[in-house]
Amino acid sequence: MTAITYREAMRQAIREALVRDDRVFVMGEDVGHYGGCYAVTLGLLEEFGPERIRDTPLSESAFVGAGIGAALGGMRPIVEIMTVNFSLLALDQIMNNAATLLYMSGGQFNVPLVIRMATGAGRQVAAQHSHSLEGWFAHIPGLRILAPATVEDARGMLWPALCDPDPVLIFEHAMLYNVEGDLADEATLVDIDKAAIRRGGKDVTIIAYGGTLRTALGAAEQLATEGVEAEVIDLRCLRPLDTPTIVASVARTHRAVVVDEGWRSGSLSAEVAARITEEVFYDLDAPVARVCSVEVPMPYAKHLEDEAIPQVADVVAAVRGLGA
Amino acid sequence: MTKAAAVGQSGAESGAAGGDRGVHLLREMLRIRRFEECCVELYSRAEIRGFLHLGIGEEACAVGVMEALSPDDAVVSTYREHGHALARGLSMRAIMAELEGKVEGCSRGRGGSMHLFDAATRFYGGNAIVAGGLPLAVGVALADHLQGRSRVTACFFGDGAVAEGEFHESMNLSELWHLPVLFCCENNLYAMGTALKYTESETDLSLKAASYRIPARVVDGMDVLAVEAAAREATQAIRGGGGPQFLELRTYRFRAHSMYDPDRYRDKAEIEGWKERDPIPALVAQLTASGALGEGGLDRLEAEIAVEVDDAVAFAEAGTYEPLDDLERFVTSEAVPQEQTP
Ligand SMILES: Cc1ncc(C[n+]2csc(CCOP(=O)(O)OP(=O)(O)O)c2C)c(N)n1
Repeated sequence: MTAITYREAMRQAIREALVRDDRVFVMGEDVGHYGGCYAVTLGLLEEFGPERIRDTPLSESAFVGAGIGAALGGMRPIVEIMTVNFSLLALDQIMNNAATLLYMSGGQFNVPLVIRMATGAGRQVAAQHSHSLEGWFAHIPGLRILAPATVEDARGMLWPALCDPDPVLIFEHAMLYNVEGDLADEATLVDIDKAAIRRGGKDVTIIAYGGTLRTALGAAEQLATEGVEAEVIDLRCLRPLDTPTIVASVARTHRAVVVDEGWRSGSLSAEVAARITEEVFYDLDAPVARVCSVEVPMPYAKHLEDEAIPQVADVVAAVRGLGA
Repeated sequence: MTKAAAVGQSGAESGAAGGDRGVHLLREMLRIRRFEECCVELYSRAEIRGFLHLGIGEEACAVGVMEALSPDDAVVSTYREHGHALARGLSMRAIMAELEGKVEGCSRGRGGSMHLFDAATRFYGGNAIVAGGLPLAVGVALADHLQGRSRVTACFFGDGAVAEGEFHESMNLSELWHLPVLFCCENNLYAMGTALKYTESETDLSLKAASYRIPARVVDGMDVLAVEAAAREATQAIRGGGGPQFLELRTYRFRAHSMYDPDRYRDKAEIEGWKERDPIPALVAQLTASGALGEGGLDRLEAEIAVEVDDAVAFAEAGTYEPLDDLERFVTSEAVPQEQTP
């Protein structure tokens, strides 16, 4: 086992993909000379050169579209978008091309593209740099949406994503890059179809992903001191959702709390809650609860930002509210 | 300026700094410089958080352009906008309080460094989406045009913005509809860590505007008098019904892109070379030579500005935090104007 940061794990995964497959290349803003806005690609330009580590202009629509085209043409691009808010400039390409070409062409043109981007709040960077929009993308058929929440997942999700014949979006919560974790020396691949049970428990199921996994685990720890055993599920793949893992857990615990840094209305948390009620309604001892971000553009001031996003205490309170 | 002569070095004479006006320009640049130096200190003490982008080295652009605007005009800016805001007349107190996240700040502490707003001076914000402000500026100018008001909208953006579709769409639309926009491209040669030469097939940015038939000129952005003169000519042309104008202000940021940037991509020698062209000492020398800045004049200016900066910090530190109960205010408007109710 070696302790490394989430950032380093991601970099190792990219490096390995570049070594392993000539078709893989990286492009995005500041991935080369600057070393990546979150330093994920630091050093790769020196090692792999400017043909494979391509700095792009500030042209999100063009370079995401070019990634789609390169994927069509037989390459395996890893496109980096700095932050989810900027992906909106490329939403047309993602939605109208990447997600639809295979279907529209009657199965002729698949798009083996990986797009990585940072998401989430917590750094006081306000309303144009902090949102959690992965739930929007999870609405779109044709895309696979991944949210690595641990160092192992940061290390192990990229290769299977590149092996997917269809577009995969990887959302990396910005608060995770500096988090350290232990990584097995033998890199293990992650099953990108499956949610993971990060902690076993019998009294309530807390469902989280990405940046909120730590919040959920923190709540579970606190609840344990009060005698409540919470099971914590890390969704990992937001589309397609691993519904069987979720509902099997809730069928055992009879209570569920969904934690989502996205806004509540029309959200991923709503989708998870709906699936629980559709499939295991009669196993529930209480309504499904949700802990989401307050429905505001993210404010700058720390006390406001903290108030706006799910905290451990909010999750604990939600669990208590279910009478667990 | 005729379309045929659309591109070129600014014909505006930089000229001698007339006494009081020159000192005023110097004061404005110094206010920005000292304010931002203070921000660095506050950032290292964690009084300011989030992203902090400084315009140290670029002050002549903000000050020169603002001098050419009148109070009715509008300004649309970026995340590197402390200088624009100060030169436009937002109070230093309100800006500092904003940076400290206080409710007394110009955006109630919700925006921070990247999102300064002020309706009173028609300052439509620090926009942190690169090129996101350009379409907005076109629309603000469209509203003035439709309502027959002779106003200018000044829109600031960096060289990086030129690569975005929104830049090109805005160039085209503004000229097509002949709208009163003054586009001010602060070309500091880098978009974050990526040099212009790695991102533009044509690095002469004024040519891009000219290709949309917008009169465009290249201006020494390290010379506040040159910027002011060019901006005056441009705003006059706009007020005369001439449609949009484009200024490429060639400048340089002396510090890193933001406080997160280790600045690995620039040569120290390049930075030092540009520092030789620092707009502030250059103007001091000029004003001293002309006699406009007399014995002890600079020290007096510095002392006054130090008082203003200290006062702004004290104001910010005495400020309060917006109550949590107000978190959801202003997601939508609180009052519907009478004439709009059915
Ligand atoms: C649409 C979009 N893409 C990426 C970014 C991240 N980003 C912020 S500033 C910046 C560089 C912009 O450079 P430039 O326009 O030259 O302005 P400068 O920072 O030099 O003033 C980048 C890439 C962003 N804010 N918005």
